[in-house]
Amino acid sequence: MEGDIAQMGQFIGAGLAAIGSGAAAIGVGHVAGNFLAGALRNPSAAAAQTATLFIGIAFAEALGIFSFLVALLLMFAV
Amino acid sequence: MATETKGAEAAESAVGMPQLDFATFPNQIFWLLVTLVVIYFILSRVALPRIAAVLAERQGTITNDLAAAEELKKKAEEAEEAYNQALADARAEAHRIVGEAKAEMQAELDAATAKADAEISAKAAESEKAIGEIRAGAMDAIKDVAREAAAEIVSTLGLKADQKAIDKAVTAKLKG
Amino acid sequence: MATEAQGEAGGLAIHPMDQFIVKPLLGDGPVGMFTITNVTLWLFLAILAVVGLMVIGTSRRAIIPSRSQSVAEMAYGFIYKMVEDVAGKDGLKFFPYIMTLFLFIVFANFLGLIPMSFTTTSHIAVTAVLAALVFLTVTILGFVKNGASFLGLFWVSSAPLALRPILAIIELISYFVRPVSHSIRLAGNVMAGHAVIKVFAGFAAVAWVAPASILAISAVYALEVLVAFIQAYVFTILTCVYLKDALHPHH
Repeated sequence: MEGDIAQMGQFIGAGLAAIGSGAAAIGVGHVAGNFLAGALRNPSAAAAQTATLFIGIAFAEALGIFSFLVALLLMFAV
Repeated sequence: MATETKGAEAAESAVGMPQLDFATFPNQIFWLLVTLVVIYFILSRVALPRIAAVLAERQGTITNDLAAAEELKKKAEEAEEAYNQALADARAEAHRIVGEAKAEMQAELDAATAKADAEISAKAAESEKAIGEIRAGAMDAIKDVAREAAAEIVSTLGLKADQKAIDKAVTAKLKG
Repeated sequence: MATEAQGEAGGLAIHPMDQFIVKPLLGDGPVGMFTITNVTLWLFLAILAVVGLMVIGTSRRAIIPSRSQSVAEMAYGFIYKMVEDVAGKDGLKFFPYIMTLFLFIVFANFLGLIPMSFTTTSHIAVTAVLAALVFLTVTILGFVKNGASFLGLFWVSSAPLALRPILAIIELISYFVRPVSHSIRLAGNVMAGHAVIKVFAGFAAVAWVAPASILAISAVYALEVLVAFIQAYVFTILTCVYLKDALHPHH
């Protein structure tokens, strides 16, 4: 019984941590959307900033991956 | 739970995350380093210098081709210029020839006209002279006739006609 | 424990993490340091792919490139321009090194997308070594090139004096988090995609879910193809950014 409660806690925690992935998705969408808004205002400057766009997306995504990792750890490794 | 997954046991089924199975780390790291070193040497010794050479060669070829194309274009322009020049020369020549021919013809025409004019005027003068003679002949004849007629008339009237006075009077009458 | 739980939960045998197990290629037994494992096999295939594209593909040295040669040249030009643009002209010394990282990650990611294959880049051990190599190179290079003034990277001279120590701590932490995020981003993305595909594949065992499941697998697979390239690109461009910090610490 005790083990079952611990397991339940693990899975609940994993599910909560997985929310972080969704939050990261919001962040990535924000980065991409703002880039697009800026690029449409000034298309000539957009090409030079593609690298910055990917770096920004990578940073935003990394944090989502962290929460995903926490979920995986709770599911499989704890 | 993670402790259970270590070792050979993990090879059977994935209990826990295989990524956190530290027993396999030395193996992965060793083979990864081997791979990276091999790829690095392949790239830096063979592949990258070769691609760089090919790209440089292509750049050179493109530059040469562009230069050659430029030269050919220049030649073509020169040829066109020469052609235009020749065309202009030919046109000028043709103009000159036409002008000359026109002038020649004009001169001939003028000469012919002048000659014709001269002939015409000579003929006219001759005719004039002939007419003058005829008129003079006619006048003399009229004078004679008039004189004789006058003398006749005078004698008929019973007068002694003075030949000189009759001549004078006829001449005066004819003049008037 | 987790496997048991899943087995009980839906009556389905979903083992999304089984594909990541490192096991000896020949026979059973413990995985020692020099054991030839499935990791070894797929790393070797990655080498073969690199050789196939970059050496055999360009072997004709044609002025008018063949298809494989133009792909190799495109990869060359892509990374060359990235290094030049991001890290600067003096970063070009490290071009072969960055090219190695990029090609390895790209080929490992794409080889991992072959069904039944083993994805080497999904392992934190692998990506951590890649990220640690970058981190060590950049740090050592920074100190060798700039001496103690490399520490100016952490001392934001444009900020008000009172804030600088706090900023220095934040910068220092973010500097040391770099290799962690650098490695976990790659491994996490690849692992997540593959695990999701496996989970959907597990659902396909139920007959009436199977069509939706297959559709979902196709969609995730397409996304994974994109992710495989983008993660390699991101890893490479972040390497260039860190390299720029080492070469020119004073922004």
